[in-house]
Amino acid sequence: MNAPSPGTEVAYVDPQRRALVRQRARRNALVGMASLIGFVIVISVIVSRTPGWPVVQETFFNGEEFVKTFPGLLSAFMLNVRIFVIAEPLILILGLLVALARTLQSPIFLPVRVIATLYVDIFRGIPTILVIFLLGFGIPALRLTGVPNGAIFWGTAALVLSYGAYVAEVFRAGIGSVHPSQQMASRSLGLSSWQTNRYVVLPQAIRNVIPPLLNDFISLQKDTALVAVLGPIEVLRQAQIDTSSSFNYTPYVGAALIFIALTIPMTRFADWVQERSSRRRRAGSDS
Amino acid sequence: MSESMHASMLEVSGVWKSFEGHPVLRGLDITVGHHQAVVLIGASGSGKSTLLRCINGLVSVDAGRIVLDGALDVTSFDTDMDAARRRIGIVFQSYNLFPHMSVLDNVALAPRKVLGRSKAESIDAARALLARFGLEAKADEYPDRLSGGQAQRVAIVRALAMEPELMLFDEITSALDPLLVGEVLEAVRELKETGLTLLMATHEMGFAREVADKVCFLKDGIVLEQGTPEVIFSAPEREETREFLARVLG
Ligand SMILES: Nc1ncnc2c1ncn2[C@@H]1O[C@H](COP(=O)(O)OP(=O)(O)OP(=O)(O)O)[C@@H](O)[C@H]1O
Ligand SMILES: [Mg+2]
Repeated sequence: MNAPSPGTEVAYVDPQRRALVRQRARRNALVGMASLIGFVIVISVIVSRTPGWPVVQETFFNGEEFVKTFPGLLSAFMLNVRIFVIAEPLILILGLLVALARTLQSPIFLPVRVIATLYVDIFRGIPTILVIFLLGFGIPALRLTGVPNGAIFWGTAALVLSYGAYVAEVFRAGIGSVHPSQQMASRSLGLSSWQTNRYVVLPQAIRNVIPPLLNDFISLQKDTALVAVLGPIEVLRQAQIDTSSSFNYTPYVGAALIFIALTIPMTRFADWVQERSSRRRRAGSDS
Repeated sequence: MSESMHASMLEVSGVWKSFEGHPVLRGLDITVGHHQAVVLIGASGSGKSTLLRCINGLVSVDAGRIVLDGALDVTSFDTDMDAARRRIGIVFQSYNLFPHMSVLDNVALAPRKVLGRSKAESIDAARALLARFGLEAKADEYPDRLSGGQAQRVAIVRALAMEPELMLFDEITSALDPLLVGEVLEAVRELKETGLTLLMATHEMGFAREVADKVCFLKDGIVLEQGTPEVIFSAPEREETREFLARVLG
């Protein structure tokens, strides 16, 4: 087959070249696969020959125990999902409000700015699990009337407060990442500072921080297990109960698998979003 | 638009501005009459951008007055600057379009939010304005899909959509590929024909000569010399002006 005459409006690729490119791609895929399988085999052989392996297999990877406890773990995990689904939107709202509060300029808002700054400083400094202990055991002990005493309530509230401080900082960084010339352009059109935030700065800021926010979500999914310290039977607590009755640790592995099953898709999604947004930003940078 | 009998469109008098102790404007005076096109020329760093930003209130002055149409002092602390900016449009060297909005929304946003126009009204007006500048086909594109010349014309249309009485241009062709400068200058020519009052900083001396009613040469923070383009470009009085022109005209 001959090439079309120069200048013809077609996308021409030499068929021989194309065949070679395909062949090479197939070969690369095969080599990669073979190498991966070989690697897994080698590792398995090494691990299964270690002297302690039979015991480990029995106590951590016990099929019978797994089948017995897994359904219970799954239903306990529903509580983790519930905590996550309630906490996440609250965290986003709290984080955004705190970040916005810190951008307020007018002197009359000084108290708001001070409170927002203190909040972030304090809650970013305390380990999440400590916040959960303090709220979960401390507030019910105050015996306040009209305040819920549930462990799940205070555990979730502690997650919201702790993560809210992180997310506020993420939003604040996002606001800072919008070039000042955008604000200048907006103000020069007569938009007020509030309108400039609302229509020009925030939409761009939020778009810029979606990848780091997804990372925080993933980490929150895992940290729902911390609420276990207050006693509610979520997946980790359930696994503890199972192991203490059978002296077999397979339920912990089951709980780990459940978390992994949820975080892996989420991580891939975050990667994809990150990739897409950095590509878009490269294309969109003009000034 | 009240056109006072005597007042100029813009009266800048005795404006001082320094950044961290470095004086940039040193008691600068400038007057722009109604429907005039005034061009600012001067070396890089002579304060052209700073002056334009002061007029728009994006930078606050250290001393002096900037009065719009004989009535509105933009340097006064009592002036509502959002209201003042509605009457003064500005276009920057880097177009500063909003990247998360379509071209149409870029143009329609301020009329809708600031002037309180309805959505339909602002969109129709934006389409009509875009069409006037040959951009109707780009209305639904996002800014990252535009050439520099198109982006800068959209920026002009966006400022124009607020129906300003005074338009400031800050070297709007400096960031452009030389091939695209022409289309943007053509847009400015058209604005000049409609009688809009223009104050622009530019390095395009040929263009300045063609459209300017008055050319002001800035040096060391003041207007060192001003006059009609014929006088400034052909027979400047000051040695500094001659030197500057010799340098930029090669
Ligand atoms: N925000 C700022 N902070 C500090 N210095 C500034 C600021 N804006 C301008 N300057 C300084 O003021 C001086 C004048 O700058 P300006 O941008 O007004 O000059 P210009 O005449 O527009 O120059 P050009 O032709 O390069 O655009 C420069 O020395 C610049 O570094
Ligand atoms: Mg400049």
